[in-house]
Amino acid sequence: MSEAEKDRSMLLQKEMLAAHYERLEAAPETREPVVYTFVPGNLTELIRAFGALPVLPEINALQSAMRGKSQAYIAAAEKAGHSEDVCSYVKCDIGMSTAGNVGPTGTRLPKPDLLLLSYTGCYTFMKWFELLREQYGCPTVFLQVPYQADGSQTPVQRSYVARQIRETLIPTLEKATGRRYDEERLRENLARSAAAEEDLVAVLQSAKKMPSPIDAYFGAVYYVGPIFSAFRGTAEGVAYYRALREEVEERVARGEGPATPAGRLDRQKWRLVVEGPPNWTHFRDFWRMFAEEEAVVVASTYSKVGGTYDFGFRHDPSDPLGTLADYCSGCYTNRNLPSRVEMLERYVEEYRADGFLIHSVKSCNSFSAGQLTILREVERRTGVPGAFIESDLVDARYFSAANLKNRLESYFQMLEARRAGSGT
Amino acid sequence: MTRREIIDWAAEVADDLDFTEARRFLEKAPGRKAAGYLPVYAPREILRASGMLPIGIHGGGDRLEIIRGDAFYQSYICHLPRSVVELAESRRLDFLSAMLFPATCDVIRNLSGVWQLLYPQTYVRYLDLPQVPDRDLAAGFWREELEALARDLGEISGRPATEASLREAVDAGNQARALVRELYRVRRETPWNVPTEELYLLLRAGELTPLEEFVERMRDYLTACQAETGRMRDRARVLVVGAFCEQPPLGLIQTIERAGCFIVDDDFLLGNRMIGAEVELEGDPLGNLARAFVRHAVKTSTLYEGDPAGKRRAIRERVAAARADGVIFASASFCDPALLDRPMLRAGAEEAGVPCIAFQFAENTGQFQQFREQAGTFADSIKLWGGAL
Ligand code: SF4
Ligand code: SF4
Repeated sequence: MSEAEKDRSMLLQKEMLAAHYERLEAAPETREPVVYTFVPGNLTELIRAFGALPVLPEINALQSAMRGKSQAYIAAAEKAGHSEDVCSYVKCDIGMSTAGNVGPTGTRLPKPDLLLLSYTGCYTFMKWFELLREQYGCPTVFLQVPYQADGSQTPVQRSYVARQIRETLIPTLEKATGRRYDEERLRENLARSAAAEEDLVAVLQSAKKMPSPIDAYFGAVYYVGPIFSAFRGTAEGVAYYRALREEVEERVARGEGPATPAGRLDRQKWRLVVEGPPNWTHFRDFWRMFAEEEAVVVASTYSKVGGTYDFGFRHDPSDPLGTLADYCSGCYTNRNLPSRVEMLERYVEEYRADGFLIHSVKSCNSFSAGQLTILREVERRTGVPGAFIESDLVDARYFSAANLKNRLESYFQMLEARRAGSGT
Repeated sequence: MTRREIIDWAAEVADDLDFTEARRFLEKAPGRKAAGYLPVYAPREILRASGMLPIGIHGGGDRLEIIRGDAFYQSYICHLPRSVVELAESRRLDFLSAMLFPATCDVIRNLSGVWQLLYPQTYVRYLDLPQVPDRDLAAGFWREELEALARDLGEISGRPATEASLREAVDAGNQARALVRELYRVRRETPWNVPTEELYLLLRAGELTPLEEFVERMRDYLTACQAETGRMRDRARVLVVGAFCEQPPLGLIQTIERAGCFIVDDDFLLGNRMIGAEVELEGDPLGNLARAFVRHAVKTSTLYEGDPAGKRRAIRERVAAARADGVIFASASFCDPALLDRPMLRAGAEEAGVPCIAFQFAENTGQFQQFREQAGTFADSIKLWGGAL
C-alpha cells in the first residue's frame, strides 16, 4: 500500500512504533529497564508499572520478515545448529540477536534486564528463552499459565498464576528494575487497558456490518499491534484505539470497506472467517490474493492470540493480579480445541460468513496440531464449507504463491458454484 | 521363566496392537477398567489407586499402517499423534475408559482436544505438570491437580482412591521404579549382558500389563542376567538422547547396537524413570507424589530448566554417570522439545570434548542403512581416535 492508501491509524501506529524503538535504543543511556516477554500472556501493565520497556520477540520476528530480513537470520541460526523443523520465529530472533540485535526499524535493541517467560499457550516459549538467556546472560523469570483444558480457568489455576505474580514475578521485577512495586500505578495502567480494549472490540465487531469496514485478519494485524505489544495500559494506546474507532465509524457511515493492497474493498463478494496466523514474508501478496477475489475477512482467531476481548473480558483494575491471571488464561492458544471450535462456529454465524479458511503454518504446533479436526468440526456444525491452506510465518521457503493462489481460486469457484446452486 | 521366554513374552505384548493382554485382564473380572496415558510422564499411581489398569499409549510404531490418521495431521507434524488417532479410529483403544495427556508439548496438548471432540464418551484429562522453580508452589499446584484426577477417576471406576490404596500404589510404583533403575544399572555396568532391545521390550511390555506381572518378569530377568553374565566385549559406549516421546522402531535400537555401540543410557519410555528417587510412604500420599515429582523429576526437554547453566551441565553429568564415550541425539522428526533443546545439550557435551552425532527418525522408519553407517562410523572414530570425527 502507498502512504496515500494507508489509514490515518496506520500512520499513527508507525509513529508510535518508531518512537518506542528509539526509546529502546536509548535505554542503555536513559537507564530505562528493558524486559523481553511474549505476546500471549504479556503483562505489559505490570512491566510498565515498574517503568520498564517491553520488547516482544515475536513482533521483531514478524517485522523482520515483512522487511525481507528473516531469511538471512534463519539461515544463520540453522548454520549454528538449529533445526529446520522448529518454529521460524525462534530462529529469526536468534539470528537477529547474533547479528547485532538491530531491530526491524533499523535501531539497535538493548539487551534485556530480564526475560519474563510468560508460559502461555505455547511450549516453544520455554525453549526460546532458555536459548536466548544463553545469549544475554540476564535473569529469567518463569510464569506458568495453566492450559484451559476443560474450556475454562479453574479457581486453582487462577490462584496459582496470581500467587506466582505476587510471590515470584513482582520481587524479581523489583530486583531487575531497582524500583518498588506500585499497585496504584498498575491499577491505572489496567484502567487504560480496559478503555483501549473497549474500543478495539468495537472495531473488531464492526465487521458484522455489510460491507465490513475492516478486514479482520490482514487489517486486524495492524489494529491489534499496539495492544498486543508495548502499548496496552499506556496513554498512547488509549489515544490510538480511540482514533482507530473513530476512523472505522466514519467508514461505516460512508458505507466503505477497508483499504487493501488491491485498493479499497467496497464491493465484498465473500465474507470469510480465518483461523491461524498469517504469513509475514509475503504478507501483502497474500492479502492481495483475497482482495482481488473481493473477499474480506470478517473475523479471525489470530487477532485473539494476545488477548480475547470480544466475549466480554476486560482488564479489571479492582483485582489487579487476578485480572492478569484471567487475561493470560484467556489468550487464544491457551484455549482447548473444543473452545476454539466454538469460537469459530460463533464467528461464522454471528458475522454471517460465506466461508471458513484455515491457514496452517509449519512453524507452530500450538496453532496447527489439530487444525484438520477443527476444520471438519466447524464445517459439520455450521454447514459452511472450509478450506485448508499451508505456508509458514517468517520462513519464505514454505510460501508457494502459485500453490496458494490455485487453492484459493478453486475455493472461491466452489463457493461461487454453491451460491449459484442455492440461488442466493 | 527363562530369559528367552521373558523376552518372547515381552515382544509379544509390546508388538500387540490389539492390546490383548490388557483386554484379557479386564475381562477376567466384571467392572475392571483401564486408562491410557500418552508420553512422557503420567502419575500411574493415581490410576492404580482408583482401580484402573494404566496403559501406555506410545503410538503404533512401524507395525501400524496409517489409513485414517494422516487425514488428521499435516505432514510437518511428528508421526506420533497420527498413529495414536489411527489406533483409536480402528477401535483398538475402545477398551479404555479414560485418556490422560501429559504436558509434553503442544502436539500432545492439542491431541487432548482432538480426543474431546472425536471421542466424547471417553474421559479426557490434560495433565498440566508443574513447571515453576518455586518447589512449594509447584508441589501445591500439582497436588491439587492429582486430587482432582483421583476424584474423577474414582467416579469412572466406581472405586475411589483411598489413602490406603494410594499408599499401596505409591509403594508398588517405588518397587517398579527401583527395578527399572536396577536394570539400567546392570546395563550400564555390563552392557554386553543387557542388549537395549531386551531392556526396551521389557519396559514397553510393562506399560501394557498389570504391575504385578511386570515386577515378576523384571525380577526373573535380572536374576537370569546374574546367572549368565555373557562375554565381555568392547564397543563404543553411547548415550542416546531425545527419544523420550515418539519411540524409535526397535530396528533402530538394534541397528545402533549392531553398528558397534553399546547404549549405556537413553530417554526411551522415560516416564518409567521420570521420578528419580523413592516416593515417601509416610504421610499424605498425594502430597508425597507431588513433592517427589517437583524435587526428583529427571532433567528433560519437556520441563523448564531454571538454572541457565543447567542444560549444558545436565548432559555432561549424564555422560559421566553412564561413562559414555559419546552422545547420539536421536530425535523424532518435527519434535519441538527434542530439536529445540538439542543445540544447548550438544554445546554442553562438545564443550567437554564429548563427541556427538545427531539424526532424526520416525516411529515407522523402515530403512536403517543410513543410521547403520552413521552409528558405525561414530563407533569406529570413538575407538580409534577417542571420538574426533
Ligand atoms: S510455536 Fe507458535 S505460538 Fe509458539 S512461538 Fe512459534 S509461532 Fe508463536
Ligand atoms: S514426538 Fe515430540 S513433538 Fe511429537 S508429540 Fe512427542 S514430544 Fe510432541
